Amino acid sequence: METLVANLYHGFGVALTLQNLGLCFLGCMIGTLIGVLPGVGPIATIAMLLPITFGLPPTGALIMLAGIYYGAQYGGSTTAILVNIPGEATAVVTCLDGHQMAKQGRAGTALGVAALGSFFAGTVATIFIAAMGEPLTKLAQLFGPAEYFSLMVMGLVFSTVLAQGSVYKAILMVLLGLLLSTIGTDLETGQERITLGIQNLSDGLDFTPLAMGIFGFAEILRNLDTPEARDVVRTAIGKLLPSWDEIKQATPAVLRGTFIGGLLGILPGNGAVLGPFASYTIEKKIAKDPSRFGKGAIEGVAGPESANNAGAQTAFIPLLTLGIPPNAVMALMVGAMTIHGIIPGPQVMTKNPDLFWGMIASMWIGNAMLVIINLPLIGMWVKLLKVPYRMMFPAILIFCCIGIYSVNNAMEDVLSCAFFTFVGYLLIKFGYEPAPMLLGFVLGKLMEEKFRQAMILSRGSFWTFVERPVSAVLLAIAVLLLIIAAMPSIRAKREEVFVE
Amino acid sequence: MDNSARASRADLAIGIGVTALAVVLGWQASVIPDNSAYAQVGPALFPWLIAAALFVLGVLLIIAALRGGWSHESEDAPDNMNWAALGWVSLGLLINVSAIEYIGFILASTAMFVLIARGFGSRTPIRDAAIGFSLALVAYVGFDRVLGYKIGSGIIESLI
Repeated sequence: METLVANLYHGFGVALTLQNLGLCFLGCMIGTLIGVLPGVGPIATIAMLLPITFGLPPTGALIMLAGIYYGAQYGGSTTAILVNIPGEATAVVTCLDGHQMAKQGRAGTALGVAALGSFFAGTVATIFIAAMGEPLTKLAQLFGPAEYFSLMVMGLVFSTVLAQGSVYKAILMVLLGLLLSTIGTDLETGQERITLGIQNLSDGLDFTPLAMGIFGFAEILRNLDTPEARDVVRTAIGKLLPSWDEIKQATPAVLRGTFIGGLLGILPGNGAVLGPFASYTIEKKIAKDPSRFGKGAIEGVAGPESANNAGAQTAFIPLLTLGIPPNAVMALMVGAMTIHGIIPGPQVMTKNPDLFWGMIASMWIGNAMLVIINLPLIGMWVKLLKVPYRMMFPAILIFCCIGIYSVNNAMEDVLSCAFFTFVGYLLIKFGYEPAPMLLGFVLGKLMEEKFRQAMILSRGSFWTFVERPVSAVLLAIAVLLLIIAAMPSIRAKREEVFVE
Repeated sequence: MDNSARASRADLAIGIGVTALAVVLGWQASVIPDNSAYAQVGPALFPWLIAAALFVLGVLLIIAALRGGWSHESEDAPDNMNWAALGWVSLGLLINVSAIEYIGFILASTAMFVLIARGFGSRTPIRDAAIGFSLALVAYVGFDRVLGYKIGSGIIESLI
């Protein structure tokens, strides 16, 4: 407990420097902006801004990128409530009751409950991460390469099962990502692999142009073909603070949502997306009068919103303690850390305590900033929602291209970026969600390293992965999950959930 | 009926494509010279495993496609592609990338703004240019002058 306080104190010391505060604020503002705008998600934004962070100190860079991620969770709910379009994927459930509340003239209350619930969830999650940091890191040090490998396999299986759309497509995307990660020179033996004889491929694929192309530019192009249809609520926003009765109604939902979302967020393989769904289902189940749901029930906003934010924060746990990214956003974080010469893993806490604790402290500061950014300044975002796409997207691209210039020095990178933009656009057009591919690409190198280490330790025996109990359990969970996902009845249900 | 037939044909093509990719990868893996201490753990092992997984997936996809398709989403992609818009946006990005070194961030961004706005359906290029210019100016001053990034200076940038 004492060390926890000392560590947090250390973290706040780092996070409260002027530069880090500024970067945290900048990240939260950008995050809210893109969260509010339907059409661009946090993955696209972080991918585009990666090169800008090259010039920053690593702690500041990660504080800003993290701010974008959880800022987008706040902004996404604004659009869900006011426009009935989820500005961000995890805000889908908020549309159901949030928009109904807005139609009844209670938009302000919905926004207020969403923001305050998120803030509470963020606070709890921050303390949770800080408290879990130490024990989990110790646990991680007990993990051998075989356990690491099996854990990553489980994470990838989770992410394919939880991905939107067909499981086949998600598995294909993961495999493609793994395939891309093997291109280039083998680190151990120096052999060239899968280069098809192309000289430029011998160094492997660069992370930045790939991420910028597939996730940044392609995402913007996607919006070209979607017609612009937005129906901003015209009624007044109304008062922002909920009444005493509403607080009493919403509080238990917030508590439950925080718990569920936080727990699911730790799962390797993007459990965070499940949080809002799970929370909404539970609130509806235990409500005295379930028929109120879908007609503006405040619990239907409070629960999922808290779950969503708690999950977004706890998703950092696998990354910070084990060095394993649970979702595509975290995979981008791995990219950012690697570029700054930090290898994600349990050693980050001891080797870079400034980064580790500074980032955790900045999450709480960022959450506090976001309440202010989102509530008193709500009028600004509403105005922003009325800006047409034809002005919005070129403006976003101007800021994105600040990053291009730093890659521009090498024509190769620009070409590679253009190539991946094209690939990304095609993938999106044919309904292949590229996020699992990024996860595969980032995890691929790590998996191969651990796999080979484990094999060398076991003198070339594949059985090491099932002979070691922890590894065996992790693999068993992965196999079980695949079997469950492949069962026809579950598959139908899964599709149903995602359609909704 | 017509639609699902088309969908399963597309699925079949993807299945065959994945299988072909697996074969190419297997071929690439087989040409990796392997002389490490434990042959099983050499540089070719992981590519082999991925190739095997892709092959299995490809075969599964082909079987599923022959049984009537596995992706039930409508494959309407090529029909609603907006080629003209795509062209404008690509042109905008290209001009920005190629010209930024010579005319500076602000002018290159303004040109890009006008072209991309056109792609998204704007018909007021002069107004767009004004908006783009002021945005680029703000971005330049903010990033280059305040935060100290070097984002490409040129004609306008040397004046301020």
